[in-house]
Amino acid sequence: MTSRQKKELSKIIAGFFIYLLLILGEHSGRFDLIFENRLYALLLFLVPYLICGYDVLKGCIRGILNRQLFDESFLMTIATFGAFATAQFSEAVAVMIFYQVGEFFQSYAVGRSRRSISDLMDIAPEFANREVAEGSFETIDPDEVEIGDILVIRPGEKIPVDGTVISGTSLVNTSALTGESVPANVSEGDLVISGCINGDGLLRIRADKAYDDSTVAKVLELVENASEKKSQTENFITRFARVYTPIVVFAAIALALIPPIFVGDFSTWIYRACSFLVISCPCALVISVPMAFFGGIGAASAAGVLVKGSNYLELMAGIDTLVTDKTGTLTKGNFKVTKLIPQGDASPFELLTLAAAAESYSTHPIAVSIREACLLETGVLPPSPDSISNISGRGIVADMDGKEVLVGSELLLKDRSIDVIAPEDEASTVTYVARDGICLGVILIRDEVKPEAREAISEIKTLGVSQVIMLTGDRDAVGQAVARELGLNKALTELLPQDKVLRVEELMAEAKGRTLCFIGDGINDAPVLRRADVGIAMGSLGSDAAIEAADVVIMDDNIKRIPRVIRIARRTVRISRQNIAFALAVKAGILILAGLGIANMWAAVFADVGVAVLCILNSMRLLRQKH
Amino acid sequence: MKKKFKLIDLDCAHCAAKMEDGIRKLDGVNEASVNFMAQKLTIDAADDRFDEVLQEAIKIIGKIEPDCKVVVK
Repeated sequence: MTSRQKKELSKIIAGFFIYLLLILGEHSGRFDLIFENRLYALLLFLVPYLICGYDVLKGCIRGILNRQLFDESFLMTIATFGAFATAQFSEAVAVMIFYQVGEFFQSYAVGRSRRSISDLMDIAPEFANREVAEGSFETIDPDEVEIGDILVIRPGEKIPVDGTVISGTSLVNTSALTGESVPANVSEGDLVISGCINGDGLLRIRADKAYDDSTVAKVLELVENASEKKSQTENFITRFARVYTPIVVFAAIALALIPPIFVGDFSTWIYRACSFLVISCPCALVISVPMAFFGGIGAASAAGVLVKGSNYLELMAGIDTLVTDKTGTLTKGNFKVTKLIPQGDASPFELLTLAAAAESYSTHPIAVSIREACLLETGVLPPSPDSISNISGRGIVADMDGKEVLVGSELLLKDRSIDVIAPEDEASTVTYVARDGICLGVILIRDEVKPEAREAISEIKTLGVSQVIMLTGDRDAVGQAVARELGLNKALTELLPQDKVLRVEELMAEAKGRTLCFIGDGINDAPVLRRADVGIAMGSLGSDAAIEAADVVIMDDNIKRIPRVIRIARRTVRISRQNIAFALAVKAGILILAGLGIANMWAAVFADVGVAVLCILNSMRLLRQKH
Repeated sequence: MKKKFKLIDLDCAHCAAKMEDGIRKLDGVNEASVNFMAQKLTIDAADDRFDEVLQEAIKIIGKIEPDCKVVVK
């Protein structure tokens, strides 16, 4: 409770006790002399009224001076004055007390939910220990850390900035950032991410980034900004509230003036009109939607998924087509040479060393896997060739001891009219090796499908996603094999990076306004991430480019987070709709009842603040539920 | 230039929407948002007008919710 809330609460309690004494006094019959004099009674009831409602009156006067009519203070003041004017003294006081109690609960509940979300994101490091000399360090603010500083992280402390371990080993808990509960083992040379909690080993790290550029600062900024991008539902309800209040206020004026002309009884109609004014407060409506999305974004963060805006969560709830990248998303991106098939009189050894030499400078995963295999088999890497040229999408042409060596796809050899053999294994990536116009054989390389991918895809499908489509630059046979293994609807293969954007645009046109989400690892598919309705980047902890381009960021590379976010998104949208429906129904219902004189002003106050509190509580269910 | 400010004691969601609306209409403002849940004010305005815009924005906020304070660092 803040000090302001404590003050509010004590005023409410004081006002309530005085009010209680007055009521008892009035009903005991012993003080009839006083209470029968309406002026004395009014003065007595004004005491608790002013204790509780002083702020409201002040707000009302300031509102009038600032020409801000129709705000809550104004409406409550008019309504309670109306009650006083119609000689309903005790009711006027009770309504004011009840209203303040509601406001108090509302502010308390909002504060609580704000805190529970910041607790979930309790990743901000409070300090850093900078080493000044061997074995001693000074404690500084994370902001003061400079790149290259040596930092000491003791057991249980948070890693203040992104860095590289220079000595020590430990288990690092990344769960606050990734939702992954198994701690990661780190030792010398490993990168560590800020915001993670050090286990029981002492680590010395070198700062690679300043605090502002570190993961933790980026993530916090992202979560804080998330509710700025408003959902359509929220925009709708804000627009609605803008017309709702004036309409109900005019209805109240009409109610006060028109019926008495025909049926008389002026004070009854004034009282009913005042109830209308209380119900016309729009806060319950306006808070109902953002509160739900705030809860949803919080629940997603707790599951290691950062959603950059309420609008994206809303879009994900209506997901119809899921387009995914292959390598790194569905497969491990961990290529391994599985088979060497020499041809003619070439030896497997020759095949591997030639390919490894030609691929000396390439960073392509396939090239890396060939070099690794060569190192493993022969113990050394062959010398690099005299000249190398890279033919995009085809492979490499190298000059070795005056002979032309080709390493690459079938097309590379066919372009030079070299006969090739077709290997039987269709799920592998095939790399051809040729020298002096003769094919020496092929190297089969395979990427492993992630073990959790199959289950995740079937879960996504049971959630009603109609199409799961894979895009890959890989060979058709490889793509189709992965698609079959995972039960995807379709695989579009042999695509160049720029083709992916075109394909996604085509699929979006086919989806006809229904949501298309794209999942990628964020390394080379930033344009596609931007183009899709919702771009989801995976495994992007520490990758700024991906965090920048994507709308939803999955901190680790676990594809099972996707069905989870879809469920959270759907619950969020459902709860926001429940809130709207509930708020509107209660307000409409009590408006009618108050107009007919069945509901009194108490019910009207409930329709305002009571509904708001219930909407907040309903939204907070999102944080407690398991998704 | 885009800057963020913390708001203290922003208590009413509807007021936040009204503030946002008012600040957006100020001359020189490209984009403005008042985030009720995060209690934050974000103003994106022309560099040469920024200080005036900020003063105007603080005035608007004060008019709509007098208890609400903008923290200007």
